[in-house]
Amino acid sequence: MTQTTAENPARKQRAQIKVRTLRTDRWWLAPALTFTGLMAFLVYGFWAIFDQSYLAGQYIAPFASPCLATSCPEGARLFGLAPFGDWYTLPPGLLILGLPGGFRLTCYYYRKSYYRSFWLSPPACSVAEPHGKYTGETRLPLIIQNIHRYFFYFAAIIGLILTYDAVLAFRDKDGNWGHVGLGTIILVVNAILILAYTFGCHSCRHITAGRLNHFSKHPIRYKAWTFVSKLNAKHQQFAWASMFSVMIADLYVRLVAKGIINFPFA
Amino acid sequence: MEIERHEYDVVVIGAGGAGLRAAIEARQQGKRTAIVCKSLFGKAHTVMAEGGAAAAMGNVNPDDNWMVHFRDTMRGGKFLNNWRMAELHAKEAPDRVWELEAWGALFDRTKDGKISQRNFGGHEYPRLAHVGDRTGLELIRTLQQRVVALQQEDEKLHGDPEAYIKVFAECTVTRLLKEGGAIAGAFGYWRETGKFVLFDAPAVVLATGGIGKSYVVTSNSWEYTGDGHALALLAGAELINMEFIQFHPTGMVWPPSVRGILVTESVRGDGGVLRNSEGRRFMFDYVPDVFKDKYATTEEEADRWYTDQANNRRPPELLPRDEVARAINAEVKAGRGSPQGGVFLDVSTRLPAAEIVKRLPSMHHQFKELADVDITREPMQVGPTCHYIMGGVEVDADTGAASVPGLFAAGEVSGGMHGSNRLGGNSLSDLLVFGRRAGAGAAAYVNGLAKRPAASEESIRDARDEALAPLERSGGENPYEVHHELQRTMNELVGIIRKAEEVSEALEAVEKLKERSKNTASPGGRIYNPGWHLALDLRNMLLVSECVARAALLREESRGGHTRDDYPKMSPEWRRRLLVCSATPDGATVSVEEKIQPSMRADLLVLFDRPELSKYLTEDELAEYDAVDGAVKEA
Amino acid sequence: MGYKAKFRVWRGEGGEGRLEDFTVEVNEGEVVLDVIHRLQATQAPDLAVRWNCKAGKCGSCSMEINGKPRLGCMTRMSTFEETETITVTPMRTFPVIKDLVTDVSFNYQKAREIPSFTPPKDVKPGEYRMQQIDVERSQEFRKCIECFMCNNVCHVIRDHDENKPAFAGPRFLMRIAELDMHPYDVADRKDSAQNEHGLGYCNITKCCTEVCPEHIKITDNALIPMKERVVDRKYDPLVWLGNKIFKRSGG
Repeated sequence: MTQTTAENPARKQRAQIKVRTLRTDRWWLAPALTFTGLMAFLVYGFWAIFDQSYLAGQYIAPFASPCLATSCPEGARLFGLAPFGDWYTLPPGLLILGLPGGFRLTCYYYRKSYYRSFWLSPPACSVAEPHGKYTGETRLPLIIQNIHRYFFYFAAIIGLILTYDAVLAFRDKDGNWGHVGLGTIILVVNAILILAYTFGCHSCRHITAGRLNHFSKHPIRYKAWTFVSKLNAKHQQFAWASMFSVMIADLYVRLVAKGIINFPFA
Repeated sequence: MEIERHEYDVVVIGAGGAGLRAAIEARQQGKRTAIVCKSLFGKAHTVMAEGGAAAAMGNVNPDDNWMVHFRDTMRGGKFLNNWRMAELHAKEAPDRVWELEAWGALFDRTKDGKISQRNFGGHEYPRLAHVGDRTGLELIRTLQQRVVALQQEDEKLHGDPEAYIKVFAECTVTRLLKEGGAIAGAFGYWRETGKFVLFDAPAVVLATGGIGKSYVVTSNSWEYTGDGHALALLAGAELINMEFIQFHPTGMVWPPSVRGILVTESVRGDGGVLRNSEGRRFMFDYVPDVFKDKYATTEEEADRWYTDQANNRRPPELLPRDEVARAINAEVKAGRGSPQGGVFLDVSTRLPAAEIVKRLPSMHHQFKELADVDITREPMQVGPTCHYIMGGVEVDADTGAASVPGLFAAGEVSGGMHGSNRLGGNSLSDLLVFGRRAGAGAAAYVNGLAKRPAASEESIRDARDEALAPLERSGGENPYEVHHELQRTMNELVGIIRKAEEVSEALEAVEKLKERSKNTASPGGRIYNPGWHLALDLRNMLLVSECVARAALLREESRGGHTRDDYPKMSPEWRRRLLVCSATPDGATVSVEEKIQPSMRADLLVLFDRPELSKYLTEDELAEYDAVDGAVKEA
Repeated sequence: MGYKAKFRVWRGEGGEGRLEDFTVEVNEGEVVLDVIHRLQATQAPDLAVRWNCKAGKCGSCSMEINGKPRLGCMTRMSTFEETETITVTPMRTFPVIKDLVTDVSFNYQKAREIPSFTPPKDVKPGEYRMQQIDVERSQEFRKCIECFMCNNVCHVIRDHDENKPAFAGPRFLMRIAELDMHPYDVADRKDSAQNEHGLGYCNITKCCTEVCPEHIKITDNALIPMKERVVDRKYDPLVWLGNKIFKRSGG
């Protein structure tokens, strides 16, 4: 059978438009704000790790919890335990920050935000990225992002500990229950936001039931999935809200510990 | 003459539901099949179908079966339908829908996991398999993916995915070629490059859809220029029922640029009501006698029906489309229309907002994005829009064969199935049932051929010259202007309500436009030149418009999609008479003749009650019925 | 009511071309595609643009309006200032044929590379029983109108043409997710999603979701869940071990 096919050599070229983008809106604003926000968090975190005033009576600064070394004061230890013993002399926060830090670093939302704002890959939709080559998350190191769910397991534990800390914040300086100070409220709000962020994570959504193909055969898991999906739809908002709340809570406790904030309802 | 040539067993023109289903069937029967379509693969007008595919599966109401569906279809078409087609359609639709599911379609479900079915105008039971209000998209995507699956099979077997089925997208066919009396191939051009292409094939399946682009206010896309209707005419086949055009009662009326875009009937099926500017549910005033005992007479009863269909009659908003369209037309003419010239369709006061968004997502989206109207808060404004042509190529019900050997037609381009008016939901099932039958018919025809006909070089040259003409003229008519003029003419003079003088006037206007269209010029080159494409489509639109107008002038009664102001009654005398349109090979002369339709088979006839039939049939025919009915009762 | 708008439209064939300026009338309620049509009818009869339904249901009139991928028929003129110059260009990721019409055959090629729906051999048509909640996820993806704007905007191929052979694009990675979540699909799609169709290229920057005219949550509901399913298979020793021990079929 004789067949010829229409081949037009001129077809293989894109429209030659030299500019990086034809967008006329302020597309650079979102990545710029994200960059600023994330940088602020990093700078604060760096400072907080080396700051020693993380315990203010019944309040413990979230960045230092759980405190696992003997160098921590009694009140800061989780259930009074210090599994790391006294050989560990570096700041206690370093021991555990990697877990929530890793969780956020590998989080699907944060990945989007720093790929866009730090790596400009791409800075905004239909704005050309500056890199000559791109392999995404197909190889090292970025293929490691796939361990996100393990960080989720640990982050969930940390989230529960912070909740426990928030519950403890209902005690006064002498350990009596019933206290409610500004710090209590801040820690409670922070714990709620952290939980909402943590349990709204895409990995959590997958684990609850996302991996199933028959929701109808697993009604309880489906219910959980529906709930997680609702949180997940606001994952970005919870990511930012919990990031700021943890900074505020942490800073607040330290300011109280340093005696800078010292009013009756603290 | 340098023309790209391809050899196939079956060439399917059109890649909507009918075309794809036909191509799938032809390929499954081992035929080398080409699908030629004007748009990209998967964009055909079928995507616009919203409500669903009617099939008497009985999933929601077990009382439903093919006989009830058959009756509804005949009633909807006012007994003018080709009863054999209506029978095959009602019997085979469930299998066609189930088959889609095995190809990956995901319909909405009932509680026990079956395909859910919804209520629709003219259907006695909930019958429409659907996916929200985007059923057409689901259907075309499923068929598209089925074609891909077959190509993957062929790739495994033959190393070439396109060995047995290939899509020629953005390719327009301008002429069918014949040898002797039989089809030998099709001639067309690539829209992209303007280069010509010739398909040598003994069988051609037309599946080109409708003709709506001859009207200003239409729900149809640009492709609906009546290509298949015209190709069939020029190849010597006949069109029937061309006077019957369905004006969908609810098209958007504002903003002007989207005027005509469809508002799905599901809005009414799910509780939406029509009101005039006085706030009255006017449809209660428009229930015709033939439907009096099937529709509610009070708002209370109508409202109860949504929850209890066994003990209440349906709301009159769910009357067949022609009735509703005429009623809206009458309300607007009486000065009780909405500010922008329609009536109000309100679902916002009938269902909770969340339910509306869930059940009618694309309507919600469409009004929000195109008209800035939130249908969960305010009523829509709607009015009739040219939607569907019941008429088309006269075909054999079982095989889809037209009178020209080797020519087949399925879907909207074929005629007869829907009689004088199509029920909503019967279109998608029609595509599937008769698409498959036409594909099988074409395959069987090819099997029975001793020798493949070959098109003469002369006919190819003529086709090429005809296609090149608008490009070679300079300073001629602007095809866009001729097109607008035609649309206005048809809309105003051969619209929902027709009068002899107006239709005659339209015929004169069309005659003049035919002359002008012979002199159209399209500046620019052959590469993707829309002005040129339109100039070529004009021939088809004019031919088809002439058929519509001529038939509309002859039929002196009102029935379904044909309403004559000067003959407002339905006449049993006219029921058996089909108007058949044919044309000379150059398209210069179009003529319409009467033809008597064969009587319904006895076993089908007795499915109806005598009182009902007496509304449609002549005394002679009723006498026939009595004889048959008596014989059946004795047996 | 009506006003004269300034338009800049990319015109050319086979890549070579330039932005041409037009002044054109605009009426109330119109969309960008209406204006392009007016240009065709009055000033540039051979201006090429692809369109079909003009109701946002077919996905033909994809173009870039002021640099953003949009459907011409769903972009209302009232969203622009009357003084603004509106720039209309063809989709950037695909080769241009003429003016606003691009060669989207890449997408059809990729569609053919995804193995089709694979039901169990013993289920006959008519026997399928599926619960609504089990089909809803895939139904969302089947809302796709194949405008290909997600594939157009995705920087993986938009900025790196060389990735085209290895990357199916959001549209077809979503198709894989749709089939993988289908209650009756028995094909194994997880390894191939990663190894053959380039799921790993996706860095979830969500531009596909941003431009989707059907508002499908492509990233959150298709791509990320698919990435997680791949993790189950390829990167999660616990799940691997669990499957070994309990011989679970994965739900």
